[in-house]
Amino acid sequence: MVHITKRKEMPVVQALAVRLGAILLALVVCGIVTTITTGLNPIDVYVTMIKGAFGTQRKIWILLQEIAILLCVALALTPAFRMKFWNLGGEGQILAGSLASAACMICLGDKIPNAALIALMLVTSVVAGAVWAGVPAAAKARWNTNETLFTLMMNYVATQLVAYFVIVWEVPKGSGNIGIINQATEAGWLPQIGSSKYLLNIVLVAILTVFMYLYLAYSKHGYEISVVGESASTARYVGIKVDRVIVRTLLLSGAVCGFAGFLLVAGTNHTLTTTIAGGRGFTAVMVAWLANFNPLVMVASSFLLVFMGQGAGEISTIYGLNHSFGDILTGIILFFIIGCEFFISYQVHFSKKEGGHDA
Amino acid sequence: MADRQLAVRMRGITKEFAGKVVANKDVDLDIYRGEVLALLGENGSGKTTLMNMLSGIYFPDSGSIEIDGKPVVIASPKDAFEHGIGMIHQHFKLVNVFTAAENIVLGLKGEGKFDLAAASERIRQICDAYGFDVDPNQKVYDMSVSQKQTVEIVKLLYRGADILILDEPTAVLTPQETDKLFAVLRNMRDDGKAIIIITHKLHEVQDISDRVVVLRKGEYVGEMLTAESTTQEMTNMMVGRQVSLNIDRPDVEMDYRMERIRVKNLTVKNADGVTKLDDVSFTAYTGEILGIAGISGSGQKELLEAIAGLQPVDSGSIEYVVDATGDHEEVEQLIGMDPVKIANMGVVLSFVPEDRLGMGLVGSMDLTDNMMLRSFRDGRSPFTDRNAPRHLAELVVDELEVNTPGVGTPVRRLSGGNVQKVLVGREIAAAPTVLLSAYAVRGLDVNSSYLIYDLLNRQKGNGVAVVYVGEDLDVLLELCDRILVLCGGKVSGIVDGRTTTKNEVGLMMTKLGGGEA
Repeated sequence: MVHITKRKEMPVVQALAVRLGAILLALVVCGIVTTITTGLNPIDVYVTMIKGAFGTQRKIWILLQEIAILLCVALALTPAFRMKFWNLGGEGQILAGSLASAACMICLGDKIPNAALIALMLVTSVVAGAVWAGVPAAAKARWNTNETLFTLMMNYVATQLVAYFVIVWEVPKGSGNIGIINQATEAGWLPQIGSSKYLLNIVLVAILTVFMYLYLAYSKHGYEISVVGESASTARYVGIKVDRVIVRTLLLSGAVCGFAGFLLVAGTNHTLTTTIAGGRGFTAVMVAWLANFNPLVMVASSFLLVFMGQGAGEISTIYGLNHSFGDILTGIILFFIIGCEFFISYQVHFSKKEGGHDA
Repeated sequence: MADRQLAVRMRGITKEFAGKVVANKDVDLDIYRGEVLALLGENGSGKTTLMNMLSGIYFPDSGSIEIDGKPVVIASPKDAFEHGIGMIHQHFKLVNVFTAAENIVLGLKGEGKFDLAAASERIRQICDAYGFDVDPNQKVYDMSVSQKQTVEIVKLLYRGADILILDEPTAVLTPQETDKLFAVLRNMRDDGKAIIIITHKLHEVQDISDRVVVLRKGEYVGEMLTAESTTQEMTNMMVGRQVSLNIDRPDVEMDYRMERIRVKNLTVKNADGVTKLDDVSFTAYTGEILGIAGISGSGQKELLEAIAGLQPVDSGSIEYVVDATGDHEEVEQLIGMDPVKIANMGVVLSFVPEDRLGMGLVGSMDLTDNMMLRSFRDGRSPFTDRNAPRHLAELVVDELEVNTPGVGTPVRRLSGGNVQKVLVGREIAAAPTVLLSAYAVRGLDVNSSYLIYDLLNRQKGNGVAVVYVGEDLDVLLELCDRILVLCGGKVSGIVDGRTTTKNEVGLMMTKLGGGEA
């Protein structure tokens, strides 16, 4: 007979050991699956994955840049999630920010000084993202609508809007693509620090991470967010205006998503497509949950997910495997990582069914 | 009684939680048919855990259970049921939109076609046999708390239970309803059923039980025959030392007694338009404890929340008298204010709500963070200051003897009594002029309850206007200076706590007697 009981609290070191054990176990299972399905040596596959992520200096920069953007989106979702407002509209909010940035670049590219253009792009992106999240938040505060559905549907609206503008601005006509914006003048492109194109993105997100950590853990706003998330009636009892906190927090959440959109357009891609967000609005949900909504731990969880993604891409190219194979491995690893949380919160006892008889 | 028949024999029952907390240790317990057994103990003494093992919710770590002399394994509520064991929990498990009969037969597997009419007939037979008052066709949402409880009991009997466990069954009942419940329990006992009742209320133990078993800190400490013991003896055994059972009602010497809160013609409707308070008027004075009695849901919650600025009001006025000297009187209107505005007016109004973890505190936060719930806005910095709240938390832990590993422990992990101490401690620390409290001792053991009474009396001594919403009439009569009785949202009278009787207040709660005062 199996009994499951809730643990009191596992020491941090022990919990960390369980998580590391889970990752090791996941790698073993992945190895077995790899050998059975492809006949390849799993060690080789893992080495290839690591090479895919860290193999060259360029790959390392790409890895860091990907981590930065994913982390940025996860940071954006966190305040909302801490409030138990399930913002699944990250995708749409990124797109709204990207669209605003691209619009500024295309329409004002050569008309105003570059610094003013970048500042304007930043402001409009942040505002666009905030509006995209603010609408469902206001509806939730006013009419208690379901935020999960509302934010999710806002994603489709954003995708269609971007699709429309891609056709409006397509270069050349009929191609269905915008191409690199302002390739010749580089107007609206984020300046490059030193030798790396991506360093500025990474630095900005690092600053944002520290800011978000302090905001959530030590600010009065952060405290209000925690109280509202835990119990709206406690919040009312102490005079916190719940509606106002919901809207304010979602404006912040959307604004940071919009900022991620700005980084993608101005810092990384210099173009606009309907898939520019690349599912990060959803992957970031996983990043935030895995880190238990702690911004500092999110650095690790976003690294893990990006590393898995880059590594999976590499093995599918090198061994000619379907890209889905990488997804299978990612799935197995996530299963173990999320599954081990159960063993951290609960304890499983095995006992003989006839245990009740002996005195 | 040598011929009494043993129903349950528990031996050496031990249960630990999380490998550390010992809930029950080596407990032996015999339960006989045709007997009402009262299980007595303070909070956390393991009464409910022990009964949960008998009803299959928990499984003992070691020990044995015999039913009618045969060893059994009870691994699930279903197993318990097969042995005729049924438990009535504090929170009822009924489907609101179903009728009594539908709830009673829910989940039963019968042969052939389902026949609700036949089921109703059998329910009527059970009700007639024991004197229950249940309409099988009444929907649960139309029922009073006491009726719902009756349905729960009938449900167990219908399924053939003959060993019944009731966990604090009277906590939600009026004295009259309690009498009715006890009458049917006696009928069931006389019919040969074994009945176990868990309760804190000693006079009820005296009233209903035949035998008392006392647990302390998870261990069996002794038993006695009710007829041969006094409540004082029971308390001493329960607590493990001599305690005084009298609640003080000190007379407060003050230069002058002043009106503090004046409620006039207050009417409140809830979100569905149902009138919860109807033309309520009263005055609360400084240096007194005003008790509020009533069947649960008679408008107590709305009344306190209206004063605290949490409940929209339809009409009427709530005045806070800031100062009154001679002819001059300075008054603030509280209607239309929220808690922050009230505080900004300089009115220190403390409120201990009924729902401690859902409203008064945040369960997942630690003591320090809970201490700053009301004060976190202080100061101009955008960041919170946790030093002062931490000191306050340490002070409360110290002075109220809160049993906690530290001020960094989430309050959810504390026991009910300690949670309440944290909440009351925070509210009193604000040095209030008005202290509202709702069911401040609900679920608390004797020691914690007396600590809370003492704290309220000290506030009264400091000249605070204390409003005490309570459910135990014995306590209301001993503690409060005046008692306002609510019935269906109306004031059915305000009586003097020193001269009124339990019966008078009980009748006023149901509007059978007592005129408008």
